[in-house]
Amino acid sequence: VVEGLALLDLGVSPYSGAVFHETPLIIYLFHFLIEYAELVFMVTDVLTAVALYLAIQDFNKVVFRKQKLLIELDKYAPDVAELIRTPMEMHYIPLKVALFYLLNPYTVMSCVAKSTCAINNTVIAFFILATIKGSAFLSAVFLALATYQSLYPLTLFAPALLYLLQRQFIPIKLKSKSFWLYTMQYAALYLCSLVVIICLSFFLLNSWDFIPSVYGFILSVPDLTPNIGLFWYFFAEMFEHFSLFFVCVFQINVFFYTIPLAIKLKEHPVFFMFVQIAVISIFKSYPTVGDVALYMAFLPVWSHLYRFLRNIFILSCVLIVCSLLFPVLWHLWIYAGSANSNFYYAITLTFNIGQILLISDYFYAFLRREYYLTHGLHLTRQDGTEAMLVLK
Amino acid sequence: SNLWYLFSHSVDKAWKELSNILSGIFCASLNFIDSTNTVTPTASFKPLGLANGTGHHLLRYAVLPREVVCTENLTPWKKLLPCGSKAGLAVLLKAERLFHSSYHSQAVHIRPICRDASCLAVSWELRQTLTVVFDTFASGQGKKDWSLFKMFSRTLTDACPLASQSKVYVDISPKNKEKELLEVTPPPASVHEAVVQGDKRTYAVYDLLSPSLFNTSRSLNVQLKWMRPQDSSELPTPILHAQRYVSGYGLQTGEISTLIYNTHPYRAFPVILLETVPWYLRLYVHTLTIITKGKENKPSYIHYQPAQDRRRPHLLEMLIQLPANSVTKITIQFERALLKWTEYTPDPNHGFYVSSSVLSALVPSVIAMKDVDVEQSPLFTSLFPSSDGSSYFARLYTEPLLVNLPTPDFSMPYNVICLTCTVVAVCYGSFYNLLTRTFHVEEPSRGGLAKRLANIIRKFRGVPPL
Repeated sequence: VVEGLALLDLGVSPYSGAVFHETPLIIYLFHFLIEYAELVFMVTDVLTAVALYLAIQDFNKVVFRKQKLLIELDKYAPDVAELIRTPMEMHYIPLKVALFYLLNPYTVMSCVAKSTCAINNTVIAFFILATIKGSAFLSAVFLALATYQSLYPLTLFAPALLYLLQRQFIPIKLKSKSFWLYTMQYAALYLCSLVVIICLSFFLLNSWDFIPSVYGFILSVPDLTPNIGLFWYFFAEMFEHFSLFFVCVFQINVFFYTIPLAIKLKEHPVFFMFVQIAVISIFKSYPTVGDVALYMAFLPVWSHLYRFLRNIFILSCVLIVCSLLFPVLWHLWIYAGSANSNFYYAITLTFNIGQILLISDYFYAFLRREYYLTHGLHLTRQDGTEAMLVLK
Repeated sequence: SNLWYLFSHSVDKAWKELSNILSGIFCASLNFIDSTNTVTPTASFKPLGLANGTGHHLLRYAVLPREVVCTENLTPWKKLLPCGSKAGLAVLLKAERLFHSSYHSQAVHIRPICRDASCLAVSWELRQTLTVVFDTFASGQGKKDWSLFKMFSRTLTDACPLASQSKVYVDISPKNKEKELLEVTPPPASVHEAVVQGDKRTYAVYDLLSPSLFNTSRSLNVQLKWMRPQDSSELPTPILHAQRYVSGYGLQTGEISTLIYNTHPYRAFPVILLETVPWYLRLYVHTLTIITKGKENKPSYIHYQPAQDRRRPHLLEMLIQLPANSVTKITIQFERALLKWTEYTPDPNHGFYVSSSVLSALVPSVIAMKDVDVEQSPLFTSLFPSSDGSSYFARLYTEPLLVNLPTPDFSMPYNVICLTCTVVAVCYGSFYNLLTRTFHVEEPSRGGLAKRLANIIRKFRGVPPL
């Protein structure tokens, strides 16, 4: 960003080079705030934590209300008393979420590094707050801002839509007219705000240069600087012939899980949002640890799934060890020269596998709990002996 | 090797054709010139001949830092001479002696000039220069005497019949006003005095076309002998000289520093610095600092064109005022990019070359120079041009730099593709399982030794048996 500002001062378009890839609104924001940069990033982190706190507080109320409704409708099996969530256990969850975000070493690292990822996180946190509070307009505006910053929050349109439909008590049937009406309204709000923001950026710098520099850059991955993701080494070692094919495959991979997850998780849009944010932060083209911090902040919301998690100990060990090894192997490769790029690449692979397995573990635990809620905790087979549950 | 040309129209296609044709003529690898090493300088390269005053966007400049000069480049260069290497001064140019030297440089300059004083017709002037530095001190048993035969293993026998002038100049300038320090044989027919680069120099002139030269012997072997043994006298430092180096550690970041020295005792003058940095060293222009004598020196003109990945190099042109008797340090930081594995040279750990930067200046000279007539001494006007008597034009090239980039492992493309796709497949597989399958109560199946063993272990753990 500092480089972009310096280029702007020199009278050269910041997008004429290949160093600056942030959006024009960020340049103008930092034009005024560049002297207080540390303060700005601390304030954004605090804002994110506050937004998450308020959102989860509201969400807890919604969860509790829904649970009460389902109990009264007798949808739950009789022996699931220990799985029902009580207000007492849910009381400290918002605080835990805020603390998880603020005290996460990843958040601290990205604040110290003054990475603009913190601003992305703030916008997404405000989007989640607006969605959970039920305001479709604000939610569309923040989602448009988040998509404008980095392209991937586009996939969060689906969980937000599902949540708002649920809140308005509109059933999700493809033939229902009110469903389509509401969807069109929300989509229109979102697209209009996106168009307004893009035109505003055009008028700020008087050129459309920022579109290939920001979005073309995210989509075509030209810069192979090593990061914690999977893309860089893959494209550094790719055969030229296939590079377009694999760029398309990798980008589709991010957007591809939205529809199946929407079908499976249509009753639980907030969990869907969590899984989608995690998928974005694992498979986006230039991930940073700030993105990891955002979805990790949600883990206390699902602390009641702890008894169904299968591999949590190993996965947390993997993630902790990989985070510790990242700087070590980077130093060995780049500064000491005694290691190879393969060492650092191996750690990226392991870290990403750890993240993927963490998310799928939580997903498994969530689905299992849902099954138990409707079918009872102590399952018996036909002959009366205790049964095991498998995924078939 | 570097190439620059001022076009009159339709630049880019013509540039490609020009570089390819010249590459073919001179057997040089000029065909590697493409958009990744071509820049359009705005101030540095002004044409020396007649020009229509066209804009600077028709000028192209390219440098190939990794190319070296060899015999194959000398041969076509010699073929351009009117007599080739058969007669005249060019008989001295034999490859095995010329390349046995410390420094070798060849150049071809073409410019349009007026045919006569009224400038009614324009003709093309072709100027070829060859600069060689022989280290006779090291190879001549510690004596600084030299002769044409010792350097070139040949002597001059006659002049080229097509030449209108064919002269040999030997610099016999006395140092510290002492005569009789050195002796030149055979004694020169005439002596020429000129002010060259701010210094008064005396040249002994041998005119190959004058009939008296080859009267006594059939060949001319100019020899120079020093009368007294030389103390280690240093060469006088030029008024403008520069140095460039890369600093920093590790393969992530670095810093390019250029030091420019102005040793003139009382005159300050401006200098234009042109830097071309390849795109894979990403320059950060906000880290550009120019410090002279401990204080910051702001350039009066900056033109910066940032690089685009795989398309265009960085171009930084600045007009910097150098105060008298000072050292100016210009630093800029950069970040090293990781390239795709096919973009590395066959020896990637050798490093990548950064081409030299160009300093152009009108250096004020200590001694006043008189205007020299073009007709009388074409060598001095074209080699040491000066627009007025008080300063002369100098263009300096700094050293090229060698920079290491982080390298991926080149033996790994298949492994990397497999491993990364495995990770993506793990995600896809887990999600596919969870999305398309539902929970069912399992039907029992007893038996199996492994199962019974597992059950025993599970009983110890307190977990329900399989």
